[in-house]
Amino acid sequence: MKIIAAMSGGVDSAVAAARAVEAGHEVIGVHLALSSNPQKYRSGARGCCTIEDSHDARRAADVIGIPFYIWDMADEFHEGVVENFMSEYAAGRTPNPCLRCNEKIKFAAVLDRAKAMGFDGVVTGHYARTRESDMGRTLHRAIDPLKDQSYVLAVLNREQINGAIFPLGDTEKVDIRIEAEARGLAVAQKPDSHDICFVPSGDNAGWLRDRMGSEVGPIVDQAGNKLGEHKGAYTYTIGQRKGLGLTVPTADGSPRFVLKIEPVSNTVVVGAREDLAVTSMRGERPIFCGPEVGAAPLRGFVQVRAHGAALDCTYYVDNGQLVAELDAPLLGLATGQAMVIYDGDRVVGSATICETA
Amino acid sequence: MSVYLDHAATTPMFDVAIDAMNSSLRKLGNPSSLHTEGRSTRKDVEDAREKIAKAAHCLASEVIFTGSGTEANNAAIKGLFWRTDKKVIVVSSIEHHAVLDPAHWLVEHEGAELIEIPVTTGGVIDLEFLQKVVADRRNEIALISVMHSNNETGVIQPIADVVSIAGDIPVHCDAVQSFTKVPLSFKELGLFAMTISGHKVGGPLGIGALILRRAVEIPALLHGGGQERDIRSGTLNAPSIVGLAAAVESNLFDAKKVAALRNSFEVGVMAARPDAVINGQSAERLPGISNITFPGTQSDSLLLLMDSQKVSCSTGAACTAGVHRPSHVLMAMGLTDVVSQSSLRFSFGSTSTETDVAYALSVLPDVITRGLAAHSVGRK
Repeated sequence: MKIIAAMSGGVDSAVAAARAVEAGHEVIGVHLALSSNPQKYRSGARGCCTIEDSHDARRAADVIGIPFYIWDMADEFHEGVVENFMSEYAAGRTPNPCLRCNEKIKFAAVLDRAKAMGFDGVVTGHYARTRESDMGRTLHRAIDPLKDQSYVLAVLNREQINGAIFPLGDTEKVDIRIEAEARGLAVAQKPDSHDICFVPSGDNAGWLRDRMGSEVGPIVDQAGNKLGEHKGAYTYTIGQRKGLGLTVPTADGSPRFVLKIEPVSNTVVVGAREDLAVTSMRGERPIFCGPEVGAAPLRGFVQVRAHGAALDCTYYVDNGQLVAELDAPLLGLATGQAMVIYDGDRVVGSATICETA
Repeated sequence: MSVYLDHAATTPMFDVAIDAMNSSLRKLGNPSSLHTEGRSTRKDVEDAREKIAKAAHCLASEVIFTGSGTEANNAAIKGLFWRTDKKVIVVSSIEHHAVLDPAHWLVEHEGAELIEIPVTTGGVIDLEFLQKVVADRRNEIALISVMHSNNETGVIQPIADVVSIAGDIPVHCDAVQSFTKVPLSFKELGLFAMTISGHKVGGPLGIGALILRRAVEIPALLHGGGQERDIRSGTLNAPSIVGLAAAVESNLFDAKKVAALRNSFEVGVMAARPDAVINGQSAERLPGISNITFPGTQSDSLLLLMDSQKVSCSTGAACTAGVHRPSHVLMAMGLTDVVSQSSLRFSFGSTSTETDVAYALSVLPDVITRGLAAHSVGRK
């Protein structure tokens, strides 16, 4: 096949591209320029947006021996990912921009452009596996549970999965680094990237405050009694305990947690730990990676964070929304997070959490 | 087969230049040394200087070797600016970054005022504008810099008219693309300074020269021995200088042949894509450059597709991160940023053949079709 290798400048995508070449594909390396004003150097562990990263990607492509180009996706990234990140926070939800990037950029804008140009698909360094079965091509967890990235890929529909190649899912990260070393790739020991690439400081709250201002508002208990003030509701997350700066103690001295963020009234609601408990969730705009789920309840697992636990649940579709009912309560779940359903290690699909109970 | 149509970026070294350079590489001697070896290398360098002077139509003593055309442009722009206390720099809006960037740097760091001469839609500078600027600001202008021909479109600029309008204001001319390709006389043009580069003329990379009028003194960029008229220091790069001179002396660039290939390519492109636009076609152009807009495409997609068909061409501009950017040259000619990002530069040289043209034309229709499709999904 003729495929585009999305190369971030990191070790994973470099090895993925090299493996695709060895598998006999005709591979062209592409680095996505996602920032219109990139930093010169990478600082810390936040990656794929600097000039240094694009040089690392180019060098890896040269060593592997494939053509290399840079595609400017800065406008698409800003519209589809960064603006969505801000508007979700402004609406009191907690988004995951890595999912949006996979959904809107890597497997949409890039895949569409690649196909129009005569390529068959996109290879990336994500840790996930695909399998062919009577269900067609399905998406599965990687064998390395610490690196498994199937959660952030659960926004891909069947067509996108058919156009995707994930060569790293059957290998542990430690072995990928050894392989990179053996292949002469200088990025073999480059640190992993964590957190959000477009927030170079890692300080999401500060980043949001710089762009959206910090309007002071009340922190209240569930009865509506004012307990303190906050500096911008979107800088809080559900389940947060520290940094609330409350001066009125609870009667029994037990800690308080953020239960709810109400963007319209700019209010943060706090309460006791047990009030965080959630036993069911609903998600809007479901996407199915394999066969669609219907109204009939099914048993499986739901995961609500990139490296969170897989929770036993019953799931079904109701009124166009994906519903998961948990066997055991979960503490602290924010709307805006993605709920990803698994059948064993197979990714069933995902939806954006819009309601919890 | 593979077809190289990016000779304006760099062009193969002539065999005579490689041979001359090889002999020089095997030779011992610092041209500044006083002993036998030094004198022998010095002779090679001065022979080379005379050959280059002959081709550029200047005095040998007016040739100052530099490490690149970019360095020569920097030396000229900064040197001519620092030479007086005048603060106005006049350049054309279509200069290469090697002229624009030092000019902008002087604005940011040295209090210079920059005036850019606009160009017509045909890509030629607006002489009336220049006339007015010179009439209004004559005593404030430190220098005027206009390129002999543009590197993206190949459009040749009216340098003789610029010099005549300038009067006694120093004029620098970046002749990197024109040198050896079209008739060019430093003396007859009446220039103060002119830039040439080795790797555009069949010589090696890493060598250029500033031709600077005799008795014009400018402050140096590099200090450390004053080897080149006290304007440029550093041990002379004898092998590259010898290689450059051999390329220039060989006179191997056949302008008629190259122009014929370029023209037949353009005829073929227009037959295949009647909606294509050849930028700067109405003006007098260098023989080897063709800049073509393919409406509804993005040039970085086209470049990738041409490259995968083994045809090498250029999109013009890219930023430091390697991201394709709209060309300031095409935008100065009145193209929108979208249209200017739909343009490719094909440039032909001494090694180009009719087979190259035929092959490039054979892959072009499919490339454009796919490029149109890729651009339309991008706008979805």
